[in-house]
Amino acid sequence: MSNEPVSNLQRDLDSGEFVVTAEIGPPKGTNIAPVIHEAEEFLKGKVSAVNVTDIQTAVMRGSSMVGAKLLFDAGIEPVLQMVTRDRNRLALQSDLLAAHIFGIRNVLCLTGDHVTMGDHPQAMPVYDLDSVSLLDAMCKLEAGTDLGADMKGKANELDGVPTFFKGCCVTPCADEVDPQVIKLEKKVEAGAQFVQTQAVYEPKVFETFMKKVEHIKVPILVGIVMLKTAGMAKYMNRGVPGVVVPDAIIQRMTDCEKPDREKVSIEICGELVSTMKDMCQGAHLMTLGWDHCVPGIIQAAGLA
Amino acid sequence: MIVAERKPMDEIFQMLAGCKKVLVLGCGGCVTVCLTGGERQAEMLASQLNLAAKAKGEAMQVDFDSITRQCEKEFFDNLSEAPADYDAVLSIACGAGVGYMSEQFPKVTVLPGMNTTHLAANVALGIWEEYCRGCGDCMLAWTGGVCPIAKCSKSLVNGTCGGTDKGKCEVNPEMNCGWLMIYERLKELDRLDEYRTMRPLRDHRTDRGNGVRRLVLAEMTEEEAGDE
Repeated sequence: MSNEPVSNLQRDLDSGEFVVTAEIGPPKGTNIAPVIHEAEEFLKGKVSAVNVTDIQTAVMRGSSMVGAKLLFDAGIEPVLQMVTRDRNRLALQSDLLAAHIFGIRNVLCLTGDHVTMGDHPQAMPVYDLDSVSLLDAMCKLEAGTDLGADMKGKANELDGVPTFFKGCCVTPCADEVDPQVIKLEKKVEAGAQFVQTQAVYEPKVFETFMKKVEHIKVPILVGIVMLKTAGMAKYMNRGVPGVVVPDAIIQRMTDCEKPDREKVSIEICGELVSTMKDMCQGAHLMTLGWDHCVPGIIQAAGLA
Repeated sequence: MIVAERKPMDEIFQMLAGCKKVLVLGCGGCVTVCLTGGERQAEMLASQLNLAAKAKGEAMQVDFDSITRQCEKEFFDNLSEAPADYDAVLSIACGAGVGYMSEQFPKVTVLPGMNTTHLAANVALGIWEEYCRGCGDCMLAWTGGVCPIAKCSKSLVNGTCGGTDKGKCEVNPEMNCGWLMIYERLKELDRLDEYRTMRPLRDHRTDRGNGVRRLVLAEMTEEEAGDE
């Protein structure tokens, strides 16, 4: 395989500049145009790439594939998120081929929240592959074969071979971080070329984590989730594994007047990015629908 | 052992609608050990059904019986009454017992009184917890004896997901994270390299991907054929 970058995200990370990515989620329903329009207005030209979530938190909605394709058509580079919760190895490989055909190159592999966390808790959890084996499957496709074999045990050959820039996730602030680090090592061994982390609100904990993964030579983008209210922060502390919002941050959200919340939240995100930007290679901004705040965060972080 | 739990009474009543004469049949196997489907439970269920039928003003006679195992043909010879004398047999064996009995008595309506759930160990008084999923490809050798298929709610084979928190699983804060248990156990055994190793893709044909599974002991089947 050549070392030529296959996407702008890869090229930007290769260049050594601090990279910012953002994230959108397709709606529950067919009304996806406003999501794409917002991305065009607030994200295009501001970030290197935009992730599209894949049935996030197991709440049924439009696919990450359609979101990624529409972003691509609008001239915004997508990162296709792929979870292993809903599709078996046939469907996942088929979708990877589809993604490449559509021009999508960046793919983020995730295990995916369990179905019982979402709005169809009766659904079958698939997990035929996991995030590690999905990365491995992508490498096989890039090498021109798939996960199957013919009657003689010879790997199936592809008619047209895809290329990807392959990503994965890690939870830096997990209370037991060592098993997470080993899993990250496995993901990189399986082919991961970049990492976008779970939300981080504790720069000191992140610094310790980054020391632990010094030996892992792939770029890491620190995950920043925008807080909309103090209640949301408390909810995350209670209900989102590996995410700890310190009291001081919750207090700032509590103390501000409602009309100022957005401004304060942008400041918090900006400060987090600016504090951690020398520890890692980029930031992944998850604004949960507040795309219009991305330019403000970039400015507040001193990156603009 | 196989664990089965009694179906809700409403569902049982729904199944028995229109029946005048019913036999509740217990099983002396696993369900006797986990105290849900043995002779005592058959007696209790029959008396509950009789009382409930009376209260509803329905003319339903419910008898009970129990045999050593409902998953072996010879034990059906020990039934006190012929199943054909009943409108329905409500079996409180596991699903294997219900299905096998139904096959043995083609003219008899055999109904399930239980939901068969898991393969368990008796971890504490009154608690039977799942330890095996019968996947057909045992991995306990490299997971420190903790099963990732049974103990991880996603049945992952390459390590913890992001849903692990303070040793618990995202699915249920009461439930231990299976992969954290594996990690701790392997660390204790000084075998963490097992955790680091990439695992091959699962072959679901050994699980349920290849249809009905059966164990065939060739020596015994050949001996049987020779005897005939």
